[in-house]
Amino acid sequence: MANITWIMEDGSEINAEVKDGLNLMEAATANNVPHIEGECGGCLSCATCHVFVDPEWFAKTGEIDDIEDTMLEMTDVEREDNSRLSCQIVASAALDGLILRVPEPE
Amino acid sequence: MAAPIVIVGAGQAAASFISRHVSLGSQQPLLLIGDEAHPPYQRPPLSKKYLLGELERERLFIRPLEWYADQAVELRFDTRVDSIDRELKKIITNHGETVEYDKLLLCTGASARSLPADIGGTLDRVFTLRSIADIDKMAPEFKADRKLLIVGGGYIGLEAAAASRQLGLEVTVLELADRILQRVAAAETSNYFRALHSGHGVDLRESVRMTRLLGEGGAVRGAELESGEIIDTDLVLIGIGSSPNTELAQAAGLDCDNGIRVNEICQTSDSSIYAAGDCSNFLRNGQQIRLESVQNAADQGDLVARVLAGEAVTYKALPWFWSDQYDCKLQIVGLNQGHNQTVVRPGANASSMSVWYYRDAELLAIDSMNEPKSYAFGRKIIEAGKHPTAAQVADPATDLKALAMS
Repeated sequence: MANITWIMEDGSEINAEVKDGLNLMEAATANNVPHIEGECGGCLSCATCHVFVDPEWFAKTGEIDDIEDTMLEMTDVEREDNSRLSCQIVASAALDGLILRVPEPE
Repeated sequence: MAAPIVIVGAGQAAASFISRHVSLGSQQPLLLIGDEAHPPYQRPPLSKKYLLGELERERLFIRPLEWYADQAVELRFDTRVDSIDRELKKIITNHGETVEYDKLLLCTGASARSLPADIGGTLDRVFTLRSIADIDKMAPEFKADRKLLIVGGGYIGLEAAAASRQLGLEVTVLELADRILQRVAAAETSNYFRALHSGHGVDLRESVRMTRLLGEGGAVRGAELESGEIIDTDLVLIGIGSSPNTELAQAAGLDCDNGIRVNEICQTSDSSIYAAGDCSNFLRNGQQIRLESVQNAADQGDLVARVLAGEAVTYKALPWFWSDQYDCKLQIVGLNQGHNQTVVRPGANASSMSVWYYRDAELLAIDSMNEPKSYAFGRKIIEAGKHPTAAQVADPATDLKALAMS
């Protein structure tokens, strides 16, 4: 299990316990986190599950592969150094306490 | 209390509509009626990870079942809507229930085409692939070393061929046209997938007409080709496309023609009734079209929620699609109908390339095979209304990102 916190631009938070093995796009839609859509189901074709990872946690979320790196160019809100597609982050004990910020498109 | 918005059909469009309705804070009650046993779920993984047994059923659900209760959405599963009384604004279900609606959203989807019974279409172990129930029937039969015959070399057939090879089945694909994917892609894309499947041991036969399926004791045993050849098989999957589910709309007198006709806000010929997703037929760039895709279902469902909330929006989303076969990720942006030229852009390695479709100088669409840059930047290029020249895209040295941002 991992306790995950999503922080919206207005400062509101959503917090959830996420089962190991689920990706954080699935976890976000299950917990009604706004602006995380995940239309393609996590197969790196839509870029609608963009998050900013708290810098202290960024390295722990794993490597960004070439496809994710390219798809991050397609996000509605422009990518930053700590951008990830949350469908590529998989919950595990190592991510317990992870904080994600959710960008809001205009 | 005000009558609810009733949503008929529990697929991607319905889920997307409900999500947007909720996120806009709309207070009007919702009733979702679906004829399957499940809440809205993702269909694309059915022919891939779900068939392979790599994804549990609940992970297909677009939102968990509890989510709907949390949003106060009323649910009826295993329920079909038999008729619409447009005058009284009521629907009647197959359980005899009558429900009043304020607005009605038809997300009835499409059904996989099957073969007629007189040529063996109803024999045991002849499958179609569209729903969780279809896969749950197929999966126990899809065992290593069994022979599978797939009728139709479209995306569903090819995805199922890939998954079945991964499960160790012997796979033959029959395609009536002179090449697989003929209806949806250029020859270059067909060639890529032919090589991919042949390389994985699929016996792929094009320009082949099957005349009938042969049974033994009620179950399929083989297929007879026009040439007289008989192909032995244990299992058959029919992948010859699908038809929009318009019976309900037609019986209610709504305009239908290859789908339920809708305007630019997904409204049918009855202003209280909307249609979204695979069942809708809409105008795009002066042409009536119908799309079977997650993107279209999700975006149309989303649009209807915005329209009903009073937003002044119209439907002009750029279509995109994807398919995963073996280790190939195909990503498509745009619609290639009407193209008169294709340009191949070589990829970074032997298994990657993209095909760019043009009508004269106008870039219409891109098929990108293991070449996400062509898809991602190509999408930006198309969205921005830019039309790079054929020479530019054919040159692997051209920086697509720079083209997209320029």
